[in-house]
Order: sequence, then C-alpha cells, then structure tokens
Amino acid sequence: MNKKTIVTGVIGADVHAVGNKILAFALEQAGYNVVNLGVMVSQEEYIEAALETNADAILVSSLYGHGEIDCNGLREKCEEAGLKNIPLLAGGNLVVGKQDFAEVEKRFMEMGFTKVYPPGTQPETTLEDLKSMLG
Amino acid sequence: MIYLTADIGSTYTKLVAIETESGEILGTACAFTTIGTDVREGFHAALRKLEAGTGELKYDRLLCCSSAAGGLKMVALGLVPDLTAKAARLAASSAGAKVVKTYSFEISKTEQQEIEEISPDLILLCGGTDGGNREVITANAKRLCDIKGNFATVVAGNKSASHELQEIFERWGRQFVITENVMPEFNKLNIEPARKCIEELFINRIVEAKGLSLLQKMSGYEIIPTPLAVMRACELLSKGYGDENGLGELMAVDLGGATTDIYSMSDGRPSLENMLPKGLPEPYAKRSVEGDLGMRYSLPSLKEATDLRIISAYADAPVSEVEQWLELCTANPDVIADMGSLQQRVEEALARVAIEIATERHSGVVESVYTPLGQMFALTGKDLSEVPAVIGIGGALINSENPAKILEGSKYDSRRFMYAKPRNPKYYLDSRYIFASMGLLSHVDSKLALRIMKKEIKEI
Repeated sequence: MNKKTIVTGVIGADVHAVGNKILAFALEQAGYNVVNLGVMVSQEEYIEAALETNADAILVSSLYGHGEIDCNGLREKCEEAGLKNIPLLAGGNLVVGKQDFAEVEKRFMEMGFTKVYPPGTQPETTLEDLKSMLG
Repeated sequence: MIYLTADIGSTYTKLVAIETESGEILGTACAFTTIGTDVREGFHAALRKLEAGTGELKYDRLLCCSSAAGGLKMVALGLVPDLTAKAARLAASSAGAKVVKTYSFEISKTEQQEIEEISPDLILLCGGTDGGNREVITANAKRLCDIKGNFATVVAGNKSASHELQEIFERWGRQFVITENVMPEFNKLNIEPARKCIEELFINRIVEAKGLSLLQKMSGYEIIPTPLAVMRACELLSKGYGDENGLGELMAVDLGGATTDIYSMSDGRPSLENMLPKGLPEPYAKRSVEGDLGMRYSLPSLKEATDLRIISAYADAPVSEVEQWLELCTANPDVIADMGSLQQRVEEALARVAIEIATERHSGVVESVYTPLGQMFALTGKDLSEVPAVIGIGGALINSENPAKILEGSKYDSRRFMYAKPRNPKYYLDSRYIFASMGLLSHVDSKLALRIMKKEIKEI
C-alpha cells in the first residue's frame, strides 16, 4: 500500500504531450503513484505538487530545447521549500542542437539534478534507476 | 399552503410570504433585527408590517436563514496556498461562511494570535493529499489547540494523518469533526463532505450561540447561513429542476455593508482553443466572499483596495467630497444618501468598484505564454467570459437608481484583460430581495422556487 509518489510533467513553455502521457503510463504500470502535471509546467508547480503529495522524486521532461534554461534553479527552489535531497530527474531533448551528452549531463549535475537522460532513452532505463533510488 | 421565510440579517429581518397554489409572493416586509434581546421581537415586528399589506397571515411553515451576529465566521488552513489552502477556502465559502482569512504552511506565532483575535466560530483545517504531507497538518492542529476560544474544528486533510489528529484534539479536549479530504488527490477537489460538516456544525452549535434557538423552535426546520440559501437559489436558477428549465450559466453579485459575495454558476472552461487550464479545477457552483469590500463596515479596507481618484472619476465628484462621504459613512453606518445627490453618485461609484474588485478576485486569470507552437494562454481559475447573465442582489443595488451601471463593474475590462470576466452579460435585479427566501423554499419545493425566481428576477 505504501506506493512511492512521483511528480512529473513537461517544463516551461513546452507543449509536447505525447511523451509525457507515455511516461506517466509507464510509471503507473510500474506501481508508482503518479502526479502528472501535464505540459507547460512551471518550477513552482512541481514544487507545490511535491510538497502537498509528499513526493519521493520529481521527473522533469523537456523536448523543445529550452530545458537547460527552464531547469536552472529548480534544485535551489526545492531546498528553499523544504524538499531536502529530493531526487530530481530530467530527460528529453534538453538542449539546442547536437551537443556532446557528457557535457550536458555535467551541466545538469552541476545544477543539482540527480539523473539526466539523453534523447531516445526508454522508460525502462528510468524505471530501473527509480527502483534503485527509491527502493 | 403558505410558506413564510425569514432572513435574519445583521441589520434587518426580512420576511417573504409565498402561496403555493397560486405560486405567488403574497408580500415582503422587513424590520430591525433584535438579536441582542430576543430575535422573535424583530420577527414579529416584520410580520405585523407584512400583515398590514396581506391581512392576517396564517402561515403553515416557517423557514429561516441567518447572517446575524457576524454570520458564520471562519478561518481556513491548508498547506500550499494555491492547492489545499485554496481548496479549504472554496469549501468554507461554499458552505456559506464568511472566510475571514486563509492560512498556508505551518502557522506562525503571529498568525496564531491573529486567529485568536478573529475569534472564528469554526476553523477548517486541511493540508496534504491522502498519503501526502502529514507534518504540516498535525503541527497546525497542535497550534490551533493552543489558541484560546470556543471554536470547533472541521478537519478535512490527509486521511493518513487522521489518527494523530484525533489524538491531538482529544488530548486537548477540543471540539472537532474529521471528514474526507478536500483534495484527496493532487488537483482533485472534494469539498462536499467538508461543506456538509460545516453546515451541520452551524445548525448544532452556531444557531444556539447566536441567539437563534428560539426561532429554531418556532420553525421546526433547520436554520442555515443566508449565503448558503443564496447559493442554493443560484444553483437552482441556473440548473433548473425536473422539466422546468433553468437560465443556464449565470453570475450573481451580493453587495452588502460588510462583504461582497460573488456566485458563479458555470463550468468556467476555457473559451478559446489555445487556452490551457492550469491549477486547481474550481466547482460549477462557486462562491467567493470578500470581507474587505463592503458599503459600510468595510469602507476603510475598500478605500485601501482602490484609488479615490477612480471613485471620483466614476462619480464625477471631487476627491475631497468622496473622502468626506467615506468618513461620514464609516462613523455612521446608518447614513443613507439622498436620491439624485452627489453622495448618491459616490455611493454608486463605490459599489461599482467593490464589484469590480470582487469579480476580479473571483474570476480566472489569463496569462499569455509564447511557445514554439505560437501564442498560448494559461488560464488559472474559471473563464467566465461567456457567462450571459449577471444578477444583482443586495440593498445597495436595489435602492440605486442605476443598478445596471453598478453591475457593469462585473464586466470584462480591456484595460485589465487578464481577468476572464463576462464580456457581454445582460443584467438582472433581485428587486424584491427574494433570493435567500427562494433558496430556503427550494429545500421544500424546488419547482415553485424556480418558477417564482424566473418570474421575479427582471432584466434591467
């Protein structure tokens, strides 16, 4: 009965809804309690949802290339709101153009993210990581 | 059969007599409320006035509502301001309470003192989705127990915290009721159980405390808060009953001396294709109450919420005259402006501004967002731009020469385009002040109440 709660959604002004639905479905099938915020989600909305639902992780999607700008400062805001050490995961097309993913990953880790995924990652990969992170 | 309804207001006791066979209102009358001594005195005084018009009145049933002695004063507590705190406020408002203030997160020492000073009749304590955050609601429960005062608490938060919450309130010997969560799942509103609990507590506790029990004995029916009666009337008039159609979507504005209440009966779904709803979904029947906007007792805060130059421009009167009138009314709440006078124009301007601000707070807010797919709009709250009817209730509107002008405050204003207020509404007036009465009547005969309202509420 003690399901883990995951808050997910597409950040910023991004309206790509399909991947979000697939991911939410995959998470639900894997037994998580999913709070799907849909598209065009602001940093504050992730945090408010996580506070109210006592979430165990926040999973941020972004497909339109502005993810790096949109995600900046999310960790600091989480800390401020009392969500200490909550795992932050990000995936999709996080940056503009074809960049070396190792570089992208490094920049996201520096922003305080726990896990970052390159374009084309399958939901199974993320589910595996969540399992080891949250038990 | 003859029904008599009594609306015990803070100043006036208003009676309406209804005859069921003809479906007509036999008459209306009002007298000063006498809640300080014996509420029945005012009732009988009004009844004598009513009988002066109708002849001796042998009524079969008496139905009552009350907003006397401050109405049902509440504060609401939640966790996140836009989520459970907002849900708590919505639940308390729709139960007919005057929600003085809403608090979020763990309350501070100052806020604790503030609640003690407000001295609410009831407190609605929420926070956390089911299985979600439990720390804040339990911390707030303890802090509420620390507050002096004879209030009862309705707990409608995270169900997983209910054991601890029960223990806390029992240990401190406080009156409490635990009911279903106002937001059991993220962004899912469930305000009906909390609303019911508030209504029951009003009947069981507040009626006695407010000196209404003598009237309760006369009536035999339960006394409900007046705003709840108005809400029921609005809902009935909008939705219809059985084969009798309602008016569809509508908005009602009740402008009083201490508060301005706005009711919207509407889905509030986005009216544009590229508009995306955001945040907590709001109920079809929504009421909001603004305790800082009113024509008498709340004038100082109304003055703060607006700009005197706006009043002066609307009223076509110098700012100094506006100020003088405000001072006079604040010192003397009973003062009435002469018809056709400059003061009357100031009154109308104040009323209009109060409605402007109250409807802005009630309506959804639209923000423009630029996306790779072009411009989109994010809508938080209800989009009321297509609502075709606005009904005016309350003395300030009924006694005005220009009620339509005052009601225009509820209309969309292109200079303040972010507020999704009605764009082209028709205005109606409850000119005989029967709304609360019809809400009461709907409890026993919905169809009749609906028919009378459709006949009596006139377009202006």
